[in-house]
Amino acid sequence: MRHTLAVLVENNPGVLARISGLFSRRAYNIHSLAVCQTENPSLSIMTIVVEGDSQVIEQVTKQLHKLVVVHKVTNLSNEAVVDRELALIRVKVKQETRLEILQTVDIFRGRVVDLGRSSLTIELTGDEDKIDAFVRTMKTYGILELVRTGRIAIARSES
Amino acid sequence: MGNVKQDLFVARDPEFTWEDEESLARCKSKYNGARALLDMLEKEGVELIFGYPGGVLLTLYDALLDSSIKHILPRHEQSAVHAADAYARVSGKVGVCLATSGPGAANMVTGIANAYMDSVPLVVLTGQVPTHLLGTDSFQEVDITGMTLPITKHSYLVKDANDIPRIVREAFYLASTGRPGPVLIDLPKDVMAAEVTSSCPEKVHLPSYKYFSKGNAGQIIEAAKAISMSKKPVVYAGGGVITSAAGLSLCQLIEKLNIPVVTTLMGIGSIPSTHPNLLGMVGMHGTVTANLAVNDCDLLIAVGVRFDDRVTSGLKHRFATKAKVIHIDIDPAEIGKVVRANIPIVGDARLVLEDLLPKVQVPETSAWWNQLRAWQQEYPLRYEQNGHLNPQMILEALGRIGGEQAVVTTDVGQHQMWAAQFYPVKVPRHFITSAGLGTMGFGFPAAIGAQFAKPDSLVFLVTGDGSFQMSIQELATTVQYSLPIKIILMNNGVLGMVRQLQKMFYNERFNQIQLHANPNFVKVAEAYGVKGLRVDKPEEVEPALIKAIDYPGPFLLDFAISPDEVVLPMVPSGKVITEVLGGED
Repeated sequence: MRHTLAVLVENNPGVLARISGLFSRRAYNIHSLAVCQTENPSLSIMTIVVEGDSQVIEQVTKQLHKLVVVHKVTNLSNEAVVDRELALIRVKVKQETRLEILQTVDIFRGRVVDLGRSSLTIELTGDEDKIDAFVRTMKTYGILELVRTGRIAIARSES
Repeated sequence: MGNVKQDLFVARDPEFTWEDEESLARCKSKYNGARALLDMLEKEGVELIFGYPGGVLLTLYDALLDSSIKHILPRHEQSAVHAADAYARVSGKVGVCLATSGPGAANMVTGIANAYMDSVPLVVLTGQVPTHLLGTDSFQEVDITGMTLPITKHSYLVKDANDIPRIVREAFYLASTGRPGPVLIDLPKDVMAAEVTSSCPEKVHLPSYKYFSKGNAGQIIEAAKAISMSKKPVVYAGGGVITSAAGLSLCQLIEKLNIPVVTTLMGIGSIPSTHPNLLGMVGMHGTVTANLAVNDCDLLIAVGVRFDDRVTSGLKHRFATKAKVIHIDIDPAEIGKVVRANIPIVGDARLVLEDLLPKVQVPETSAWWNQLRAWQQEYPLRYEQNGHLNPQMILEALGRIGGEQAVVTTDVGQHQMWAAQFYPVKVPRHFITSAGLGTMGFGFPAAIGAQFAKPDSLVFLVTGDGSFQMSIQELATTVQYSLPIKIILMNNGVLGMVRQLQKMFYNERFNQIQLHANPNFVKVAEAYGVKGLRVDKPEEVEPALIKAIDYPGPFLLDFAISPDEVVLPMVPSGKVITEVLGGED
């Protein structure tokens, strides 16, 4: 099963190496990892999607806690969360497919952010499934380039 | 000529400061990083450091001349770490070692890994190239913080000299609290020379670092209930018992409840070897009774252990399968890492045991003891007295003659297992061995560190001819510092443990185990100024040991033992205890 961990860490050089090194040497599998500074400039938040059963996730969490640079580890899979990914996709486009593609982009609530002579660049946000579905659709037209941020997530506020 | 040389350096590196009198005077006059570092070490109570100088450390070595800290110069950087490691294990203080950048730092990697595996508190100081050269593959540069990430509890690369007081404070705090371990501080050359205006912080401020001392009260009550109701309990005690000084509490517990105890290699000394409740060491070369007890118990009380594969045979699902497991450890990540604990208690072993003691009822264990005593009768630790020099006999004699207060350090291999089995350790912190990493070459520098920690105690190094040659250069260190270490060399002319494995499991297809060109060790010792004596016959053992002990300086005893001696009993890796070799009568 995939788990989403929110790891609050110090915003220092070398911190990413400590975290990624821990995952590789203990053979935990990172599915995606997104890092950014928080509202407090001395802290960063890492959203790590990791594959494993509950025992593996328990070990991952405990091992992360042992690192001095780690302030907090939250398993967001146990909570109600909002999660998003951002994808930028460059798709081959021809005269006869242009309208079809634009309609699909509209259905998925994406945006065209760049236009070329034979390509379109589309920005799309959403959860993983939505982006996967969009990517599948675009494959029929031919994907030239694709970048995805990996999942970022935040717990829902108590109602 | 001097100018030409200077110009060459200037051409290569505009900020290079040539170590002339002028620049020396300049860095001496100000309160620089090197002096701040040494002042902080003094504040932390450091009396001696084991180190080896080099180019980037010149400012520090200059400042050392004016410090109260004593510097010990082993003959290899790896020895500096091992010596600091053993110093820490024997004294209970934080060990400090120092090496220069590049090869000096890289040579310490094995020693750091050794300390990390056995949870030894160390502060490791490494020199580094000046900050503006970092990352340029400059002369004697290695990324030592990067290289040691997986084997340090934490590490620092100091970029601002004003951070030194805070970092040193934090390093000692991190190394010595919670589960101890090595902390590395990498010190660029220019940082050592830069002026420091900051002062020592009042308190350590590490909001992300927490450790547990007291165990959870509810869990302790659960554990007490389980113990009181058990029929076949056994305590499995490890290095954590020694680290937390829980030996006395543990003795009180097992005596009050009359329950048996087994120890790991790291746990040797936590319970006196003569204690009637002690069943011996558990694991691959442990006693048959200890292993059968763990296999058959209904309650396993694990204290300060990590279920190492040398204990579980790497078979976590077939280990102590009939038992409920109480796991007491200060490191939450150890709980459930290998074996599922039914009652986990995160905390300091001593504090947990002290809380547990008044809450437990004496369980009914007489039938269990009858079984255990029967096994002890049936499967004692024994060896064949065949008229030759037996290693086991030497170790028993050493125990008789050496006295209770002697410190024994070992290297790694057959002699280490024989020492663990046959040398009677009565006191915690008196048996120092490389357990987790199994580092050949550890023993001799460890003996040096142990002797500095206990200058008035007898220190024995139990070693083999393979291991000893990995650190043989330290003979010079023992002479230089007049360390009266007694070297018990089990010389069989082979790498005995590997030979034993090739004999038992590879149809005697021996390969690369003959040490054909072994020197005459007595002559080597004499060349360094160490007394040496060859011992060939059993009747010579006691007189030789007495002679060595009575001699005021270092002494090497070269014991000629047979390459056919094997360590038994043995539970082969990947087998369960019922498949033990050499346990039967």
